[in-house]
Amino acid sequence: MENSILIGGFGGQGVMIFGQLLCYTAAETTDKYVTYFPSYSMEKRGGTANCYVTISDEPIGAPKAEMTDYVVALNSLAMNKFVNNVYSGGTMFINSSVCTEKPDRTDITFVEVPASDVAREIGDSRVTNLCMIGAFIAYTDILPPEKVLATAFKKLGAKHPEFNALNEAAFKRGMEIGKAAKAKK
Amino acid sequence: MEKVFMKGNEAIAEAAIRAGCRFFAGYPITPQNEIPEYMSRRMPQPDVRGIYLQGESETASAAMLYGAGATGIRAMTSSSSCGIALMSEVIAWMAGACLPVVICNMARGGPGIGSIQPSQQDYFMATKASGNGGFRMLVFAPSTIQEAVDMMYRAFDLAQKYMNPVYILSDGFTGAMMEPVVLPEMRSEEFLAAERKKNEAWAATGRKGAARSHQIGAGQRPGFPRAPLEQKNKADWEMYESWKVNEVEYENYKIEDAELIITSYGVSARIARSAVDMLRKEGYKVGMIRPIKVHPFPEIAYEQLDYNKLRGILSVEMSIPPLFYYDVEAVVRKRTPIATCLRSGGEIIERSAIIEAAKKLYGDK
Repeated sequence: MENSILIGGFGGQGVMIFGQLLCYTAAETTDKYVTYFPSYSMEKRGGTANCYVTISDEPIGAPKAEMTDYVVALNSLAMNKFVNNVYSGGTMFINSSVCTEKPDRTDITFVEVPASDVAREIGDSRVTNLCMIGAFIAYTDILPPEKVLATAFKKLGAKHPEFNALNEAAFKRGMEIGKAAKAKK
Repeated sequence: MEKVFMKGNEAIAEAAIRAGCRFFAGYPITPQNEIPEYMSRRMPQPDVRGIYLQGESETASAAMLYGAGATGIRAMTSSSSCGIALMSEVIAWMAGACLPVVICNMARGGPGIGSIQPSQQDYFMATKASGNGGFRMLVFAPSTIQEAVDMMYRAFDLAQKYMNPVYILSDGFTGAMMEPVVLPEMRSEEFLAAERKKNEAWAATGRKGAARSHQIGAGQRPGFPRAPLEQKNKADWEMYESWKVNEVEYENYKIEDAELIITSYGVSARIARSAVDMLRKEGYKVGMIRPIKVHPFPEIAYEQLDYNKLRGILSVEMSIPPLFYYDVEAVVRKRTPIATCLRSGGEIIERSAIIEAAKKLYGDK
């Protein structure tokens, strides 16, 4: 069983953190093979940023998958760029706060997560990615949510413990959205 | 042993430190920046107590490495493609002076400044001509982060064994990606002290009341009486030839009944391996030959093939024009058709492209 995930957005949205939280959790709490490959433009903020995550029972040959089971788009640029990278029957998670026009593809499922709005309600736009991860995990069941959240506390809380509560709130709100979407499946 | 999830560049740096590297000089260049960054943090720590220097340029950094290597401690530098090219003057000098240093190239697109994305366009520079004067080095080509870690650990021992620079030819892909690795044990202070002690016979560490000072110079094997340059070059050549017997390393993957061989190295071979697996699932009898060291080139791997039953060889690399291909062609000597599957300039080779090229060469099942 191999799960490939492509996460895209712009620099500063937490794209790399999204991928790394999945990878650290998988690498540290399971026996699976895990790879992470980042790809970004030269700008630190505002440039395009995306990363490829593969979690597999077998050794991983191509860490940068051409086609993936899941694409997570944090902005509309990434959504339009990567919509054709999803396998037929796959799922695309979109940050519906900023991705207003859904691409025209009927053979994949779109899960709309108003992650930027949720983050603003919680009080900090920087937790957008945690909301998205919550939705992604609840919908896909790729990893146990409590393990992913524990990784977030460990990796992000070490430097900024004041963010733990915000991250948790965003993650849980995201999970509710993901669960609701799954129930409709 | 515990697995840790690490970025390739950082894992390589940590492996070097665990192998006993106590001096690093370098200059920033993407996509290898995490190596010097990690070294700058790690070298001053109490369990390492090594030296990190950022030179004013690649050339200066390599010259600093020359100086450190001359003192007999374990020392390395890293850079990427055009940065390594800038170092080539001093790399030749270090080969001329027979210094046991390690050079790591996390290659990017070229020629010239090229692109910051991964590529394999430095194959010739690494294996044939890393500087003037026709010297050679052992060149490792890791396919995964784990392999890069293990190679880095061995590189320092081999540099010491042969008194010759050792070269790690990796790429920005392996450097930037993350995967779980098992790190080797930290070499003990006792081990490293004993190694330094061995080098006292030649190292330039100060005269300390000895009858004469130790001189390190290009064209002179440290610790040996000064000899005519030709004699030294002959001795070096004998050493390079001995590698063809003692240092060849390659991997055969599913070749027993293979009618088509995919051959590749480094990160491309990682992708090619999964192409082999997928082709096998479809019933194609495909195998892979992967040089683990690209110098000395594992000619024996290709000599052992039964050319009567082969439909062809597919040579896969991220370089246009192909470079690795010519080493394959030279040993195969037209005994079977060779096709190529290539990308270049920072584009990553696709598994689907390898599969398609393999099927084309294979013909009907």
